[in-house]
Amino acid sequence: MSKKVAFMQGNEAAAHGALYAGCKFFAGYPITPSTEVAEVMSAELPKIGGKFIQMEDEIGAMAATIGGSLAGCKSLTATSGPGMSLKQENIGYACIAEVPCVIYNVMRGGPSTGMPTGPSQSDLMSARWGTHGDHATIALTPASVQETYDMMVRAFNLAEKYRMPVHVLPDEIVAHMRERIEFREQGELEVIDRTAPSVPPAEYKPYDPQFGDVPPLAAFGSGYKFHVTGLNKAADGFPTTKANLVQAEEERQIRKVMANVDDIVDFEEYKLDDADICVVAFGSTSRSARYAVNEAREKGVKVGMFRIKTFWPFPDKQIKALAGKVKAFIVPEMNLGMCSLEVERCAQGKAQILGINRVDGEPINPDQILEKMKEVK
Amino acid sequence: MSRYELRFSGAGGQGLITAGIILAEAASIHEGKQAVQSQSYGPEARGGASKSEVIIADAPVDYPKVTKCDALLALTQEACDKYSHDLKEGGILLYDTDLVTKLPAGNYKKVGFNIINTAKNEVGREIVANIVALGAMIALTGVVSRENGEKAVLSRVPAAFLELNKKAYAMGFEKALAASK
Amino acid sequence: MAFDYDKYIRPGKLPHIWCPGCGHGIIMKGLIRAMDTLNLKKEETAIVSGIGCASRLPGYIDCCTLHTAHGRAAAFATGVKMARPEMNVILVGGDGDGTAIGGNHFIHACRRNINMTYIIMNNNIYGMTGGQFSPCTPTGAKASTTPYGNPDPAFDVAKLAIGAGATFVARGTAYHANQIDKLITEAIQHKGFSVVEILDDCPTTYGRRNKFKSVIEMMNRLKDVAVPVKAAEKMSAEQLEGKILTGVLHKVERPEYTEEYAKVIERAGGKK
Repeated sequence: MSKKVAFMQGNEAAAHGALYAGCKFFAGYPITPSTEVAEVMSAELPKIGGKFIQMEDEIGAMAATIGGSLAGCKSLTATSGPGMSLKQENIGYACIAEVPCVIYNVMRGGPSTGMPTGPSQSDLMSARWGTHGDHATIALTPASVQETYDMMVRAFNLAEKYRMPVHVLPDEIVAHMRERIEFREQGELEVIDRTAPSVPPAEYKPYDPQFGDVPPLAAFGSGYKFHVTGLNKAADGFPTTKANLVQAEEERQIRKVMANVDDIVDFEEYKLDDADICVVAFGSTSRSARYAVNEAREKGVKVGMFRIKTFWPFPDKQIKALAGKVKAFIVPEMNLGMCSLEVERCAQGKAQILGINRVDGEPINPDQILEKMKEVK
Repeated sequence: MSRYELRFSGAGGQGLITAGIILAEAASIHEGKQAVQSQSYGPEARGGASKSEVIIADAPVDYPKVTKCDALLALTQEACDKYSHDLKEGGILLYDTDLVTKLPAGNYKKVGFNIINTAKNEVGREIVANIVALGAMIALTGVVSRENGEKAVLSRVPAAFLELNKKAYAMGFEKALAASK
Repeated sequence: MAFDYDKYIRPGKLPHIWCPGCGHGIIMKGLIRAMDTLNLKKEETAIVSGIGCASRLPGYIDCCTLHTAHGRAAAFATGVKMARPEMNVILVGGDGDGTAIGGNHFIHACRRNINMTYIIMNNNIYGMTGGQFSPCTPTGAKASTTPYGNPDPAFDVAKLAIGAGATFVARGTAYHANQIDKLITEAIQHKGFSVVEILDDCPTTYGRRNKFKSVIEMMNRLKDVAVPVKAAEKMSAEQLEGKILTGVLHKVERPEYTEEYAKVIERAGGKK
């Protein structure tokens, strides 16, 4: 049987990827440039008995997404920068209460209303730090329509596996361009479901450390009754202010990500074996970078690309290793230096860092990257 | 073919985005090539100058936007003024002779006919002007075969409008060939 | 025979955090009696709250309990109810939580008429943060942020709910303890979004600033201002001046949201 093939936008592919992953609940609020995700989900979810709800605002959409997940459904919401600002309150809730869910955020310019229809890559830090308090973050950056589909499956897998919110951060170019995609067949991609409790209801504790850093999560209405709160809590889910318990819980929540960085971090190395220059790129900008790398290689320039697929946790280890091998990093990004800052932190002064930064609503084109290569010392 | 860049431009509501999507589908689904379609998005898609870009190649398309335009369709003077700046030397400019009267200076293959009027008066519905233009663009560029272009058109339109679109596509194709002689 | 509250109280979670004289405990007991009357299964009942003194209530009840962010109870609960329409979903919270920061979620839950019951414990003040005025603080009253008297007009919570489309709206008081469980029972039985406003007291942050000499005086005020809707029918406008109607204020039938969504699923061809 030949595969189902379609020609569609990144946003549409994201919705279909979510459905492949087993998403059964979507709560959202209309916002450009992400609305196609809600539109596809509103049409597709009821066909499989899933639920779609358009909430009264972005805050409510995030809240309902968490509620749906606690009641046992894999849950998704979609938004863009201004919506992300509003969702941060409840993203923090999902972090501390450890509720799996996926936030698909099509990045647009900002701050505030910014440029609703222009491409941008400026929600990297808002995804990383955008709720108060310490927390770990997982964020993925797709570069093509097919990859958006596949990454949505991975985002759900990571959310379920590590029991936490996961961000998918396409830029507007990836979200709106159309490409051919192949729908994955059943079994072709791994689909992970959250671990259900193995103990009977009377013994269940929602944050029981004896089951490791990611304790099993029961669903409301499945025969288990337990308490969930946004307060710092003990293993039984009830609030505590006991210093040792609070410290241990907070550290476990960071550790569950940082001890599994090798499982979570995904990247692509392109023509880097003999490279003197490394272009570090992600999202649509990586497409310009690949184009530029190929052009430059034809002229004999030893340049390659490190393409970030998991932006958070940042690929520290890989960039550190490259810093010892290349003369310079070129970091093209549609913001004023968010990724550069991370590369600089990892490079520790061992390589020159050249940023290309655009926030004018225009994409970074290959010529700009080729020009920048001339500045490498 | 290493990389071929097309831009459909005109006014919002002329169906240019659809024309771009159909061409890209013809290339990527029916012709087995690689294609990316993107568009201007937002208020201008609902009026004012509007564009839809298609990149077609044999290998995966990296940069999804036009760098040097190989072929440009202009259905309004405003669009022609705004979007012809990066037309490649020796590239193709397809335009509506009733609506675009000032052509950019440069060494292009300029092919014009009354695209909108053809749709309105000869095919019978102005709404299919984008399909007339698409037929013409495929005839001039040969970027996909005539058959695959038609297949993509017919797979996108409702059953009731199959004949209308078929006629629009054929008429655009023929008129462009005649006009370029 | 004394009622056995332990049946629904979560073992080991008392004493509660509420101050002596606060009416929240009276309302919690009313809720428990209502749950018992309806024989609600603990595993199939979710109790959802926001932030505030009243929002600590779920922690004390042995069900699926969800203590969310400030004002967001209705939005979280909507997600739970959509995902599992078969669950009983009960919301509890205070007046500031529900009608200020949570006002938008509140009116939209009313509009959707989703089958949940919202118990608003209205003590006219933000108690947990130390007595700042809320949208339900009477004009002229003293609060920690209205040292010269409150310039704001107050919401009528029941009218707000009715205007926004709730299909069952009732009001009781912490003084009329025996009526509380009856109102909540009827609210839970009603299909659609039901709101039960319980007028309550906060001796610690409201009473002492507003010249109430004791909890008893605050409770007596609740007794004095309350007029059952039936009795009010026979009273003149003059007699009703300064009074607050209690009992079932509004009850209508309207399509319920999760049932309407089940029809969407059917129209889309999805299995139930």
